Amino acid sequence: MLDPLIPSGPIEQKWDKARFEMKLVNPANRRKHSVIIVGAGLAGAAAAASLGQQGYQVHCFSLHDSPRRAHSIAAQGGINAAKNYRNDGDSIFRLFYDTVKGGDFRSREANVFRLAQLSVNIIDQCVAQGVPFAREYGGLLDTRSFGGVQVQRTFYARGQTGQQLLLGAYQALEEQVAAGTVTMHTRREMLDLVVVDGKARGIITRNMVTGAIAAQAADVVVLATGGYSNVFFLSTNAMASNTTAIWRAHRRGALFANPCFTQIHPTCIPVSSEHQSKLTLMSESLRNDGRVWVPVKPADTRPPHEIPENERDYYLERRYPSFGNLVPRDVASRAAKEVCDQGRGVGPSGQGVYLDFADAISRLGRDVVAEKYGNLFDIYERITGEDAYTVPMRIYPAPHYTMGGLWVDYHLMTTIPGLFAAGEANFSDHGANRLGASALMQGLADGYFVLPATVPNYIASTTFERVTESDPAFTAAKKEVAASIQAMLSIKGKRTPDSIHKKLGRLMWDYCGMSRSAEGLEKALAGIPEFREEFTTDLLLVGTGEELNQSLEKAARVYDFLELAELMCIDALDRNESCGGHFREESQTPDGEALRNDEQYSYVAAWEWRGAGEAPVLHKEPLTFEHVHLTQRSYK
Amino acid sequence: MNLFLKIWRQRNAKAPGKFVTYEVKDVTGDMSFLEMLDALNEELLRNGEDPVAFEHDCREGICGSCGFLINGVAHGGRKATTVCQLAMRFFEDGDVLTLEPWRARAFPLIRDLIVDRSAFDRIIQAGGYISVPTGSAPEANAILVPKDISDLAFDAAACIGCGACVAACPNAAAMLFTSAKVTQLNSLPQGQPQRDHRTVSMVVAMETEKFGSCTNHGECEAVCPKEIPMEFIGQMNKDLAQAILHGEREAAHTVPFDEFPEGE
Amino acid sequence: MSSTKPLDRATKVRSRKITRGKIPTNPALALWHTTIGKKIVMAVTGAVLVLFVIAHMLGNLKIFLGPEQINAYSRFLRDVGQPELERGQLLWIVRIVLLICAILHIVAAYQLTRISHAARPASYAHRKNVETTLAARLMRWGGVLLAIFIVFHILHFTLGAVGFNPGQFQDLAVYQNVVAGFRVWPISLFYIVAMGALCLHLDHGVWSMTQTLGWATTENTKSLRTISRVLAIVVFLGFIAVPISVMAGWVR
Ligand SMILES: Cc1cc2nc3c(=O)[nH]c(=O)nc-3n(C[C@H](O)[C@H](O)[C@H](O)COP(=O)(O)OP(=O)(O)OC[C@H]3O[C@@H](n4cnc5c(N)ncnc54)[C@H](O)[C@@H]3O)c2cc1C
Ligand code: HEM
Ligand code: HEM
Ligand code: SF4
Ligand code: F3S
Ligand code: FES
Repeated sequence: MLDPLIPSGPIEQKWDKARFEMKLVNPANRRKHSVIIVGAGLAGAAAAASLGQQGYQVHCFSLHDSPRRAHSIAAQGGINAAKNYRNDGDSIFRLFYDTVKGGDFRSREANVFRLAQLSVNIIDQCVAQGVPFAREYGGLLDTRSFGGVQVQRTFYARGQTGQQLLLGAYQALEEQVAAGTVTMHTRREMLDLVVVDGKARGIITRNMVTGAIAAQAADVVVLATGGYSNVFFLSTNAMASNTTAIWRAHRRGALFANPCFTQIHPTCIPVSSEHQSKLTLMSESLRNDGRVWVPVKPADTRPPHEIPENERDYYLERRYPSFGNLVPRDVASRAAKEVCDQGRGVGPSGQGVYLDFADAISRLGRDVVAEKYGNLFDIYERITGEDAYTVPMRIYPAPHYTMGGLWVDYHLMTTIPGLFAAGEANFSDHGANRLGASALMQGLADGYFVLPATVPNYIASTTFERVTESDPAFTAAKKEVAASIQAMLSIKGKRTPDSIHKKLGRLMWDYCGMSRSAEGLEKALAGIPEFREEFTTDLLLVGTGEELNQSLEKAARVYDFLELAELMCIDALDRNESCGGHFREESQTPDGEALRNDEQYSYVAAWEWRGAGEAPVLHKEPLTFEHVHLTQRSYK
Repeated sequence: MNLFLKIWRQRNAKAPGKFVTYEVKDVTGDMSFLEMLDALNEELLRNGEDPVAFEHDCREGICGSCGFLINGVAHGGRKATTVCQLAMRFFEDGDVLTLEPWRARAFPLIRDLIVDRSAFDRIIQAGGYISVPTGSAPEANAILVPKDISDLAFDAAACIGCGACVAACPNAAAMLFTSAKVTQLNSLPQGQPQRDHRTVSMVVAMETEKFGSCTNHGECEAVCPKEIPMEFIGQMNKDLAQAILHGEREAAHTVPFDEFPEGE
Repeated sequence: MSSTKPLDRATKVRSRKITRGKIPTNPALALWHTTIGKKIVMAVTGAVLVLFVIAHMLGNLKIFLGPEQINAYSRFLRDVGQPELERGQLLWIVRIVLLICAILHIVAAYQLTRISHAARPASYAHRKNVETTLAARLMRWGGVLLAIFIVFHILHFTLGAVGFNPGQFQDLAVYQNVVAGFRVWPISLFYIVAMGALCLHLDHGVWSMTQTLGWATTENTKSLRTISRVLAIVVFLGFIAVPISVMAGWVR
């Protein structure tokens, strides 16, 4: 059984208590300790800047050309915080409560409570950095409601909240680079973790410009490398988002928690062609005024305006009269899939539903709608060539966020001592479903406040043997990495990395996507090894490893997805209940709603790697709920 | 539709480069420009040729990774649009398109259409921040920011660091990029204490990074995908003069290190 | 793979913060030290030159009022300032100010041009302009032409060292000198071409100056550009009126 090391005492005091009990490092000694941070997104940049300020010697790695490009830049909607500026009944406890409930009771109460507490400090920090949050005329911060909660606790910077928060963290990071406390290593991809005497002591990276394989030793390694939605090939994530860093850490012994918990976002622009490379998110806020419908009759190819009112099925309003179009993400996504499976989907591919603003436009007027959603309508038009003021938008769900990730304890440390995981890369706070505007909050809480307390504690309570890059463990790991690159280059087969990735994505979408069944998962589990086989025998690459080689980079990531995919399916198969984003067809109510099974599955599933071709071993961290009462969610 | 692409191919900074023409067949209007290049690359790979290296990530116009000149115009010449947001619908059958990388001394070429824009990071290092050690921030609403100032700061903060302004500027000046950050931070109350130092440092950094000097051509503003206005450049000039009158003389700038030595 | 090095370059070489202690204490020198400061110097000196040019053009137009008027004006320029100053002293002060401005303007232009050229060593095979104007692109060559013109012009009308038959040029007889000078059509032509260059220089320059000094905003840019153009055209017409009238025989 896994021990998350949650401090004892009342939930409101756990974090303070933990902080008080933490060991400290004398300022004069900090410089002698080095910390590697892989990833410079919100979580990584915030941690690197904060630890740099404290005086540690920080090495920050990013596969991008600049920290400012990390995928966090793309987050649109906003960031939650329990400031209760609106006096509308919000509180730390309520944010905590909403997040645990929204996560369908598969997250750790203590972590979520801490997150809610820290949310308040995050806003202070970001405002002081100059993040231009939306404001009221009086000069105070503006907030809005987001993701179906009843209070207005979401802070936002137009539709570019992630960008502005990341730039704030990026600037703080660059300040530390100039101060010499942080060394920034851009265009370096971490390809392995080095464990010496049971402790994480460094990483192996590839210089993506020259191909040089290098080692970096340190006392602590933090992984903040983002999510793995790209296992589905098509997702809302940026093209470079990958699982490589956490997967390779997993292979070195870090447990991987809840890999099958993925969030499918209901409002994305549907796939339009087989060449599609990624999917674009349309902000969730559109569901506040848009009405979702499909034709009543299957295979109805009439243009939308020719379909009379009585032949339209506003299926969300019909099925969930009290929440209507505003049901949570997982429910909305699944419902869209169902109607499309019934052959009632719209658009060229039949994989789409209408999001219609005709009523909103006649009720509020075109100008009001344009003011609220104009930029989204523009994005939509740019991509589809259609004018959503006159023709209903077409939307379809798409993979968006992965709640799963490396298992971490209360200190965000993985099962490998000295290896921490933060941001979307860890599994921590969102349970089986993430609420809107909570990922940015979590990434920044981890980076600005949790790691800067827990990493020093680890340093202060550990004795470090001298380890340098010339140690045998590093040399061996470097050789392994170089050999695996060479191996891929010498296959000289016929299948491009993208073509294998696409096939994998299709399979995962079909069987481990919005709805999962034992039968389908078995099929996927039979298919994935075949793809891996295809990869290892028939991969096509050109060029060498000693130069910038984008298909080589891609291939290495695809291989890790091929392994991760298998674990996702194993996990999904093992969890024979429906919860949050994980819907098992075997576990539903008579009217087709998700049915949780708390008796058997109220635990975090953390998987241990046992070697290629070996079955992974399941470790459980039981979850108990003292403050939020277990209830079945209902949005009827 | 079928298109002809004249693409700049160059293996690395030292190797000679040249334009190579490729034909891309069966392009559909709903593909994005980068998806069209993906298709070309799959084709090249299958023929055993090196795919065209180009930078991209978010593919929705926010990360600033993508960018090259299409027929002589940075990002392709559609208003407020990055390369990744171009749909092939905007092009016609038989079009011949020239794809050329950003060219500036401060942006050394890495491969094909990829250049090194780390000079931008070093300009930020010189002063593009407000110093707030984590944990030392006051209560957020203790700082009042009038809405118009906040909106102005946002307009400036919208810059995605793509480098199109430098690429399009006949002088390869980084004025628009730098002025956007200076304007954002200098207009906010939080940014006042470091205002003068920031301005002088960042301006000097532009020069040490070997960017050119502005002669108000306005090309930058025209190609900027985030519509950062030239007005900010004037604002930065004013701020610089003021800073110097206030006696600010210190310019901190991080020495660029040779990141990509040849032969490695 | 062969190129596994013990350490990445960048991990060894720490980025180092340097302070460019060279920035001079004197505000003017400090300004001159930065590219933007130089650009501001260009704008300010440009403004002085523009004012001079406008005044000069207005002065020249007195030629249409007849020889007495303009010759008296020429004498007035030398007498003004008395009795506080010696005769001609004020003129010299103005001359020196103008000279300093011209020198600063030219030196800054030269240095900034060098920086800009160095900033793009490899030029584009294909680059299309979207926004910039012909005038903006001709600032540097036009400037060179103006410099040549100014030297020639002083040798011509102020010193009478070129363009006149021996003994033809008379001190303080501006009217006669101008009429005689512009009877030589290649010289008139050169003047007109130079005024074209001046027109283009001002068309971009006056607006550019407002932009450099941070007066231009997104809202007022259109008006400023119009003002700049009108001024450039007025100056152009005002100046060429003289050589054209002489050549046409209206002024003799
Ligand atoms: C379209 C979109 C909209 C969203 N909107 C919201 C929203 O409104 N509100 C909200 O709360 N959340 C939102 N999210 C979710 C949120 O943006 C992410 O979960 C969060 O930004 C993740 O941050 P991160 O720091 O963990 O990782 P990332 O930002 O993904 O950063 C990963 C970093 O790791 C580096 N890296 C990765 N692998 C390696 C490697 N092998 N070697 C070296 N470096 C590596 C990358 O270079 C990068 O720097 C959105 C997500 C998407 C896709
Ligand atoms: C004598 C030789 C001259 C040279 C070599 C020269 C060159 C230049 C150059 C290169 C510029 C920069 C272009 C720009 O910033 O847009 C410039 C700007 C300018 N010039 Fe000149 N010029 C000369 C004479 C003049 C004269 C005679 C005038 C006035 C009548 C003048 C007025 C200006 C003005 C107002 C500007 C705009 C300054 C700014 O943008 O900040 N110049 N000149
Ligand atoms: C057709 C146009 C012009 C005519 C007819 C003209 C005429 C003259 C004359 C007659 C003089 C001598 C005045 C005197 O000695 O009292 C003079 C002087 C001068 N002109 Fe012009 N000029 C013209 C254009 C210009 C322009 C465009 C410039 C600058 C860009 C210029 C700059 C000068 C200068 C600097 C002097 C010397 C003033 C002095 O120091 O005495 N002129 N001009
Ligand atoms: S100012 Fe505009 S063009 Fe320049 S880097 Fe920023 S977004 Fe790109
Ligand atoms: S194009 Fe260049 S010249 Fe100045 S106005 Fe823009 S930086
Ligand atoms: S790929 Fe991100 S802006 Fe184009």
